[in-house]
Amino acid sequence: MSATRPAPESPSKAEAGAAPGRYETVVGLEVHAQLKTASKIFCCCSTKFGARPNTQVCPICLGLPGVLPILNERAVRFAVMTGIAVGGTIAVRSVFARKNYFYPDLPKGYQISQYDRPLCSGGTVEIHVGGAWKRIGLVRIHLEEDAGKSLHPEGRQGVNTTLVDLNRSGVPLIEIVSEPEIRSGAEAYDYLIRLKQILVYLDVCDGNMEEGSLRCDANVSVRPRGQSVFGTKTEIKNMNSFRNVERAIAFETERQIRLLESGGRVVQETLLWNADKGKAEPMRSKEEAHDYRYFPEPDLLPLDLEPPWIESVRSALPELPHQVRERLTRDFGIPEYDAEVLTETRALASYYEEVARRSGSAKLASNWIMTEVNGIRNKEGQSIEEFPIRPDRLGTLVRMIAEERISGKIGKQLFEMMLTRPEDPEALVKSQGLLPIDDEASLRAIAREVIAANPGPAAEVRAGKERTFAFLVGQAMKQSRGRAHPEKIQDALKKELEAT
Amino acid sequence: MTKKPDPLETAESIGRAVRNRERSAVEVARVFVERAERSAPRLSTYLHRDGARTLEMAAEVDRRLESGEKLSPLAGVPIALKDNLCTHGIPTTCGSRILEGYLPPYDAHVVERLRAAGAVFTGKTNCDEFAMGSSTENSAYFPTRNPWDLDRVPGGSSGGSAATVAALEASLALGSDTGGSVRQPAAFCGVFGLKPTYGAVSRYGLVAFASSLDQIGPFARTARDVALLFNEICGRDERDMTSRSDATPIDLESLERGVRGMKIGIPRDLLSVGVDPEITASLDRVTKKLSGEGAEILDVTLPHARYSIATYYLIAPAEASSNLARYDGVRYGFRAKSDDLQTMYASTRGKGFGREVRRRILLGTYALSAGYYDAYYLRAMKVRTLVRRDFDQALLRADAILLPTTPTPPFKLGEKVDDPLAMYLNDIFSIPASLAGAPALSFPSGRTRSNLPIGLQLVGRPFDEGTLLRIARTWEKKSGDPLGVPPIANGGART
Repeated sequence: MSATRPAPESPSKAEAGAAPGRYETVVGLEVHAQLKTASKIFCCCSTKFGARPNTQVCPICLGLPGVLPILNERAVRFAVMTGIAVGGTIAVRSVFARKNYFYPDLPKGYQISQYDRPLCSGGTVEIHVGGAWKRIGLVRIHLEEDAGKSLHPEGRQGVNTTLVDLNRSGVPLIEIVSEPEIRSGAEAYDYLIRLKQILVYLDVCDGNMEEGSLRCDANVSVRPRGQSVFGTKTEIKNMNSFRNVERAIAFETERQIRLLESGGRVVQETLLWNADKGKAEPMRSKEEAHDYRYFPEPDLLPLDLEPPWIESVRSALPELPHQVRERLTRDFGIPEYDAEVLTETRALASYYEEVARRSGSAKLASNWIMTEVNGIRNKEGQSIEEFPIRPDRLGTLVRMIAEERISGKIGKQLFEMMLTRPEDPEALVKSQGLLPIDDEASLRAIAREVIAANPGPAAEVRAGKERTFAFLVGQAMKQSRGRAHPEKIQDALKKELEAT
Repeated sequence: MTKKPDPLETAESIGRAVRNRERSAVEVARVFVERAERSAPRLSTYLHRDGARTLEMAAEVDRRLESGEKLSPLAGVPIALKDNLCTHGIPTTCGSRILEGYLPPYDAHVVERLRAAGAVFTGKTNCDEFAMGSSTENSAYFPTRNPWDLDRVPGGSSGGSAATVAALEASLALGSDTGGSVRQPAAFCGVFGLKPTYGAVSRYGLVAFASSLDQIGPFARTARDVALLFNEICGRDERDMTSRSDATPIDLESLERGVRGMKIGIPRDLLSVGVDPEITASLDRVTKKLSGEGAEILDVTLPHARYSIATYYLIAPAEASSNLARYDGVRYGFRAKSDDLQTMYASTRGKGFGREVRRRILLGTYALSAGYYDAYYLRAMKVRTLVRRDFDQALLRADAILLPTTPTPPFKLGEKVDDPLAMYLNDIFSIPASLAGAPALSFPSGRTRSNLPIGLQLVGRPFDEGTLLRIARTWEKKSGDPLGVPPIANGGART
């Protein structure tokens, strides 16, 4: 599971991949998201990741002679949910089409996809870069099947071996195509983060880029600022992380500008991102010279969706990131920045809500999660679900601090203990002797000890040197291991200083 | 006139006798296996035939009946399967080198249904490679011969299935019909052949040629037997999203009700393309007889039907070019040796496919290519809609349309192999119903002076196969004996 993402970009980083000076970067992204269905899009085989090669296959996803596809309704529902979530228009009739090309991991010799009549058109994803919100328009979202995987192991010397694993063949995908409205690598990065967040909130995709459940290709071009015509674009493939997308766009932007500045011309081509070299390299032209010969898939009827069904999906849609964000700022009165951090995942937002409710202090709860909880999680690489302190215990802790029954300092000690111990903070406070000291007699006793141990500073205070008083307070807190009531100990010190 | 067929030979009576335990399934199977052993080598009807396996299946049927299991009317009936129907563990080559030695790991829907019904399989019948052809000469293995004249073709692509039923090597057979591949060989071999409404029979396990046109259909020697086999295979199957629940079994007794008050349309405009006079005469004879039985004969027009061949030869190859892409040598079937992937693809497909299949793949690839799609494929799809509307219109007035199945009687082997266009034109009367998705039945209407079978075709409304069979049944009863038995099935004795 992924840890929290780093705090929003610093302004210098936000410019990464943005064209310097006279040029403007134009980026459109094509994202493939694997849908989290239990079975494949056209057969009953499992979609589970990581099984032994070619163990999750059947005649249908192997493309054996005579088989026919049977459409998985759950995949349709997930695609429709996504379309609605981004505000797109769901087509009451969409059409599957065959995309024809030869490749060893494409068992039928064609991929079943959608072409001129996709499931969803339009919609937007809102991004937040450099302190401002911006809407990135979507062209379309369509359903399709995944291909298998080609593996090229080190063969015997001089022998090129390709192995094909068809477990992934037929796994449902949605392709989400953005308008060319992204203007920098940083915007592309944030777009991907936001899109993934929506997919994960909807629980239609696990968003795991390492396992290939989210894949992204980028179309990149540059043009002089103020020009409305697009420059010639290149397509970059093979970027296996969001950061690599950002880097690849920055690289390609620079390359294109350098080319144009030196009087050259950008050639429309497909590039492969090489993360090790930090370079995008041209694909062999033979591999990209495709005429896919799309035509309507005769084995599937047009996909007709009844408007009432679409409405039922809409009304059953879970809360989306922006809705949760707005609700947190509204109901808990926390700053927008806090809401942003706390809604990173739906689970984190729920965690926060429970802590806020139990503690009765929304802002304090937010501070504790953003700093203490996320601090540990980032260090350990934990998801909030894996975090050992559940929200009921943290809620109690925060309440104790909010009600000033313990100091923040004691709170932190308790928090550290709670990471490895199952007890409730109330119980820990007692068993660990961390109860605050606030009775007059005990506080006066501590004050006396501190004054006796620090005659010099005490004399300075008596002589009117106020700054040194803070030193004595610090000593008293130290003496009591932070348990002394912070205000009352000051009274006690003053009284003892006067009395002696 | 030929000798009346032994009642044993109708599937209906075989099934009844087996279920009533009057004859064992094994006894029946032995008769057919022995006959096939005599005639099949001369006719080349089968690509895979295993008499021992057929007898084993029959023995299993006897055991099931013994144990009190209720079986369908097809229990113990010997049925042949076209070699493009997948059979678990039994070779399925589609008449192609590229699938030589291929053993499917599953049964087609229809095969599964027939196994459950207790049918006994006689073998896998020869066909034009991937069902592309009208003579069975495009089989990569050998051509099949017409049981009525061994120098002539049995039609195609389901030539083996038609010939094996005509020669009494099997009581029934299944074929597949994309542009006439059941009806045309049925006509050439003098048996009944039905192309059901598109969607009436699941295509699951039928090796695809042109998905939007392919339908599995029965061959039989009587109209009632056609219904019997159709009833066993029709209906919705979850594994074929284009299959429909509208297809329901036909009540056999309804076939006996005659044609009084029925309206039968003749598409005179289409017949002007040129029909052999003996076939025209047969059409007139049948028309007169049906009229005498109380049917009303009227003229209908199918104005766009004459564009059918051009339309069909864009749509079918386009779909085929995609459907046949999977035969790439990577996972199963034939693979040509080579050093790199591109050469392996090219040479596997170049050597594995025959001329006609390569021709259609090229044609279809071209029709779908960027820049040509609108002019060819898209336009063809529009014309297809017009053809379908023609039938809808005509069938508002008529209950069925009667026309020849083919413009000529069976031609000689080798006569058209080098002239693909002449071969394609043989399908002029069968293709329109394919484009419309309408049910169409070819029934034997008589024989030419040189004793070659003539078939006529009835086309009906979607899912109204029953009406077609009822009309054909009426003719069958009133005509004396249109069917006959070819000489080869009588041990060579001339009749």
